Amino acid sequence: MSDKIIVSATINDEPTDMLVSQRDSLLEALRAAAGALGVKEGCNDGNCGACSVMLDGRLVNSCLVMAAEVEGSEITTVEGIADADHLHPLQQAFLEEAALQCGICTPGFLVAAKALLDENPDPSEHEIRYWLAGNLCRCTGYDKIVRAVQQAAAGTT
Amino acid sequence: MVTTEKPDYKVVGTRPIRHDGVDKVIGRAEYGADIRLPGMLPGAVLRSPHAHARILGIDTSRAEAHPGVRAVVTSADFPSRQGEEGEVGRADNVLAHDKVLYVGHAVAAVAAVDLHTAEDALDLIDVQYEVLPHVMDVRDAMLDGAPILDEKLRTANPDGSQGDTPTNVAQHIRYEKGDVEAGFAAADLVIEREYGTTMAHQGYIEPHNSTAYWSKDDEVTIWTSTQGLFAVRDAVAGMLGLPVKSVKVEPVEIGGGFGGKIPDYLSAPAALLSRKTGKPVQLTMSRKDVLEATGPTSGTHLRVKIGAKRDGTFTAMQAWMAYEAGGYPGSPMGAGTMCVFAPYDCENQLIDGYDVILNKPKTAAYRAPGAPASEYGAECVIDELAEALDRDPLELRMQNSATEGTQRADGFTYGPIGHEECLQAAQDSPHYQSELSGANRGRGVASGFWFNIGFETSMAAQVQADGTVPLVMGAVDIGGSRASAAMQLAEALGIAAEDVKPHIVDTDSVGFTFLTGGSRTAFANGWAAYECAMDIRRQLEERAATIWDCAGEDVSYGDDGVIRGPNDEDGAAQEFSFKELAAELPNTGGGIVGRADVSKTSHGPAFATHIVDVEVDPETGKVEILRYTAIQDAGTAIHPSYVEGQMQGGASQGIGMALNEEYIWDEKGRMVNSSLLDYRMPTALDLPMIDTIIVEVPNPGHPYGVRGVGEVPIVPPAPALHAAIYDAIGERMRMLPMSPTRILERTLPDDD
Repeated sequence: MSDKIIVSATINDEPTDMLVSQRDSLLEALRAAAGALGVKEGCNDGNCGACSVMLDGRLVNSCLVMAAEVEGSEITTVEGIADADHLHPLQQAFLEEAALQCGICTPGFLVAAKALLDENPDPSEHEIRYWLAGNLCRCTGYDKIVRAVQQAAAGTT
Repeated sequence: MVTTEKPDYKVVGTRPIRHDGVDKVIGRAEYGADIRLPGMLPGAVLRSPHAHARILGIDTSRAEAHPGVRAVVTSADFPSRQGEEGEVGRADNVLAHDKVLYVGHAVAAVAAVDLHTAEDALDLIDVQYEVLPHVMDVRDAMLDGAPILDEKLRTANPDGSQGDTPTNVAQHIRYEKGDVEAGFAAADLVIEREYGTTMAHQGYIEPHNSTAYWSKDDEVTIWTSTQGLFAVRDAVAGMLGLPVKSVKVEPVEIGGGFGGKIPDYLSAPAALLSRKTGKPVQLTMSRKDVLEATGPTSGTHLRVKIGAKRDGTFTAMQAWMAYEAGGYPGSPMGAGTMCVFAPYDCENQLIDGYDVILNKPKTAAYRAPGAPASEYGAECVIDELAEALDRDPLELRMQNSATEGTQRADGFTYGPIGHEECLQAAQDSPHYQSELSGANRGRGVASGFWFNIGFETSMAAQVQADGTVPLVMGAVDIGGSRASAAMQLAEALGIAAEDVKPHIVDTDSVGFTFLTGGSRTAFANGWAAYECAMDIRRQLEERAATIWDCAGEDVSYGDDGVIRGPNDEDGAAQEFSFKELAAELPNTGGGIVGRADVSKTSHGPAFATHIVDVEVDPETGKVEILRYTAIQDAGTAIHPSYVEGQMQGGASQGIGMALNEEYIWDEKGRMVNSSLLDYRMPTALDLPMIDTIIVEVPNPGHPYGVRGVGEVPIVPPAPALHAAIYDAIGERMRMLPMSPTRILERTLPDDD
């Protein structure tokens, strides 16, 4: 009766085998089979960005990717941003700038902002707002999030 | 910041990194949907496709026989189906009994081996409906001959009497002050306008979830995203017919609430499924479920009339307001009626409010519930008065502002309040002093009011031998309240905020604590933390007296955290730092726990004034916000960054409500925009930086002057934008949202 398959991918630098259903999304697989509970579900249809992850260097909504598609891929979630000893400058900036309130959107924002800074280390305010427009935050009005990204980009954290 | 007077605080007013912050930026913070328990089963909820129908029968047998399905429950599984009828839990809304009252109304729930199986099984539940006529507009629902949702409902009248015929009007409230007719007769100018607002959702990014385990000895444990651990406990115990001691609610992080996570929708069905299966069951909502079946705030219809003398003095204010409650009574109409003219001092007022049921989701609290709609109406009329009288709109508000001693129409008399200070700060702000020019550009201002509340809060803090202080509390932290409580405890003990470790604990581990809402938590938590600290200070003074072998009254605990005693035999000063005395505790009688149970009614009202500049695109009708400044009296800002965050977040929700967010229905009463693409909340690209000016007029009813900050910033944006759009294009938009479609209807030349 089982329609399950094993998908092998590198998640946050760890080779990982995920037992998934053929109809599972990458979001479901990351949370259920890989234990990456920092990847959040906000809408499950690609409109809120809470489930943002890096897939082979590309920023994606993991709810819009099928788990079965990621065989052999490299995936980075919010759990993979910091190193063992230090928070990533973006994480530190989010704390210092009070860029989170409830925190549910924070993992997606951090992954998306890191993707931005990896591509464009010195973005303008407009570029930050444009890039992050796929991530919804209902608590902050974005002001402190944008400032945190600016601060991390300026290397002042 | 604009500060009138402030003691020399060491912790209050600083910006430490919040205690729960690191877990939230590394992905380890545990939200309700992250709960994983051995043997846990996921589940799904079947919802009504009809806006109004009688349930003739539910046959669950095909679903129960489906491979992988472990249990199905309906309202028949409630032990008594009595339940609570308050804001938090209502058995009939959690699982419909004889009728469904809106599309999305829950009808049955399934637990299965995996979520997909549970969802598949929903199609196998056979519900027989007799579809009834539905009513979707608040004015239609009030008409004679409207489809009646509840044959037993009678209007509760202002005089305490009950209506004698079936109706959809659950309640009529009236507040009267002075003589409104005489007031209008004395006016040189009277403006009366009608306004409408549509339903809008709280829009928290985390969907509702609940995990429940019903043990073999009838003890129920619940993990759910809620604003009130004790509120859920009491409501679920009521719905399940269990004693309160048999329900324990565990704390989890909450991914936004804004009032919408006061009601509990999933815990009771999850518990019933757990009882049937013997396993923990987790229910989570889809985004569509969240939009169609939870929250939102009421749509309203308003008439507002204000009279003024030529010199600008308001002589009479009158409002008639109908609020959509959704399928069951209980809109925020009551608060809306008290708020409508609350920022102003006027002798003659008459306010009528109606709570009306209709075939839309049961409304829930949403940030300053009821106030954004009613105050929108009042503030827009005031903007028209300012124009007609050729007065600066801030000045006209200042002239009529409520101040200490002003009595509202509902009878409440203000203590020290900060509306005039907000208006003055707005007047003096760089934003208001700047020039705005350019085609299709305009500036608007508006004020807002919210009560803030107090209620019960319990806390305990223990002094560790190393001088650190774990602090346990029962109030859910929805946006920084652990940090604000820890800071107020630290201030009172004279220690560092980082030496306090705040925890939210389950309902068996701390005393009763009212839910997180009403902008009460920084106020009430702070007061409880202060009382905990005072309890610790008294006990530490006694301990020092024991160590120094002196009388208790010879020891004093200073605000600097130094405990001073009498000089010793050699005449040398004796004192302990907090850490030094803490280190003595294990060998001098053991540890110390400070505790507090407070229930204070001395909360301080909050006022805000916002300024906005817009540019309206005549081609598309889109309103671009060029500049925004939010000014607000916080009483005292405990952690200014999080006060600013509340002001910015509230403003952005108000902007969403004003410009874009609305429920759109088809002819069958189905919401047609139930996704976050089509229910369009502001994105980072839609907003500029939101400048903030914190005014501090301390609340004399709080040890640190706290008022509460969360709610009032959602009130001014809609009327401020109304005024700005009028200034830009000369059109008065009297229906929210002021969406591109509605603006184009007014600005495009008629095709006919």
